[in-house]
Amino acid sequence: MEASDLAVVALVKAGDHDAFRHLVERHSRSVFRLAYRLTGHEQDAEDVVQETFLRAFREIRRFEARSSFATWLYRIAVNCSHDLLRQRPRAGSRPSLDDPDLRVAAELADLSATADPLRGLASRRIDERVRTAMRGLSDQERSAFVMRHFEGLSIEEIGRVLDLKTSAAKHSVFRAVHKLRQALEPVAELSR
Amino acid sequence: MTHLSDDELVLMFYREGDGLQEAEAHTESCASCRERLEQLTSALREVDSAPIPDRGESYGSEVWARLQPRLEAERQPPGWWPAIAAAMTWPRLAMGGAVAVLLVAAFIAGRTSVAPPPQAASPRAEAAADASRERVLLAAVGSHLDRSRVMLTEIAHRNGGGVADVSIEQATASDLVADNRLYRQAAVRNGDAAVAEVLEDLERLLVEIASSPSQASHDDLARWRDQIQTSGLLFKVTVMGSRVRERQQDAASRAATKAST
Repeated sequence: MEASDLAVVALVKAGDHDAFRHLVERHSRSVFRLAYRLTGHEQDAEDVVQETFLRAFREIRRFEARSSFATWLYRIAVNCSHDLLRQRPRAGSRPSLDDPDLRVAAELADLSATADPLRGLASRRIDERVRTAMRGLSDQERSAFVMRHFEGLSIEEIGRVLDLKTSAAKHSVFRAVHKLRQALEPVAELSR
Repeated sequence: MTHLSDDELVLMFYREGDGLQEAEAHTESCASCRERLEQLTSALREVDSAPIPDRGESYGSEVWARLQPRLEAERQPPGWWPAIAAAMTWPRLAMGGAVAVLLVAAFIAGRTSVAPPPQAASPRAEAAADASRERVLLAAVGSHLDRSRVMLTEIAHRNGGGVADVSIEQATASDLVADNRLYRQAAVRNGDAAVAEVLEDLERLLVEIASSPSQASHDDLARWRDQIQTSGLLFKVTVMGSRVRERQQDAASRAATKAST
């Protein structure tokens, strides 16, 4: 049976820094998923994972167990993602599927390997539409939506992560869903 | 009939909100709201279809492997040399604080050097810095154990049937307690139970002597002698001090050899 997060945090606070390994091993995948959904880039998500755990290690003495360790970690990951997204335009564009040339190349590569090229093309177009719709959300809306929709956090927990009142967190989710519906309902109509 | 708002449908989709049961009951009987809920569900299902790169079971270990060197760098006390230099003129707490952090590798874990500082440096400069730090650490720990041994010896040789003035030993014990605590904590952190046990026994006695009246009773002295001699505390501290002194001489010899080549 694994020690609880709080027990491991207590060990780290007491100076057993190697115990931090348990927290990293336990939460890396969920932090990666969250970071990927927020940044839309695999390498950016990896950077966020590293930076999140580094910041968590530095700040762990401030963790007071008012929320779960996972919620506290999500908060750091969300801040790291927002920091990275703010820096990205200044840092220069990273090669990604946002690049039209790379996108076409990726499409051609995928289609050549697909048994049903038309279906593959449709699927890729939907992915692209989802990406565009997600990019159309504000950082706060995207964070709130990702945590509610993909990570299953309650609206109250989302408020704690984003440092918002519950009503503000709820409205962030509402706005995000409203925008996504507008962007995706035409696609959904075709799929039905 | 009042239909559900878009926001209420969203709350229903995520199964949140106080009015969940009522909303579900309404949707059961209202074709219009049921249709709108289906449209919402279809749209959000498209979001689910967006792929996410897979990260396997071993991902956490891989993240740790990349992170660990950065955390090691974080553990280094910033500007360690000024802290130790300051400790030379403010002997007790500052010295103990700086030394306790670095003790891990140099003394208690029994290694011959400590981890390099985070700044990039040439291997030769790093080795010289390590050796220098090691000598400082060993000198500090050796001094602590020597002072402890002398004080224990004095207490152990106190005789007499009545009360005895132990004010000098008391002042020394007060002085040694804080450093000893830091060394013991470092030993515990590094899993060196044997060293931690000796330091714990020493600390217990130091605290007792430091907090006793300056005129110790015959019974107090007898009890302290028992702890020092019968339980072998003096012997253990002496042996530990000898080992530190030997390593200190080794380190000095290595430094002299390097300087001559």
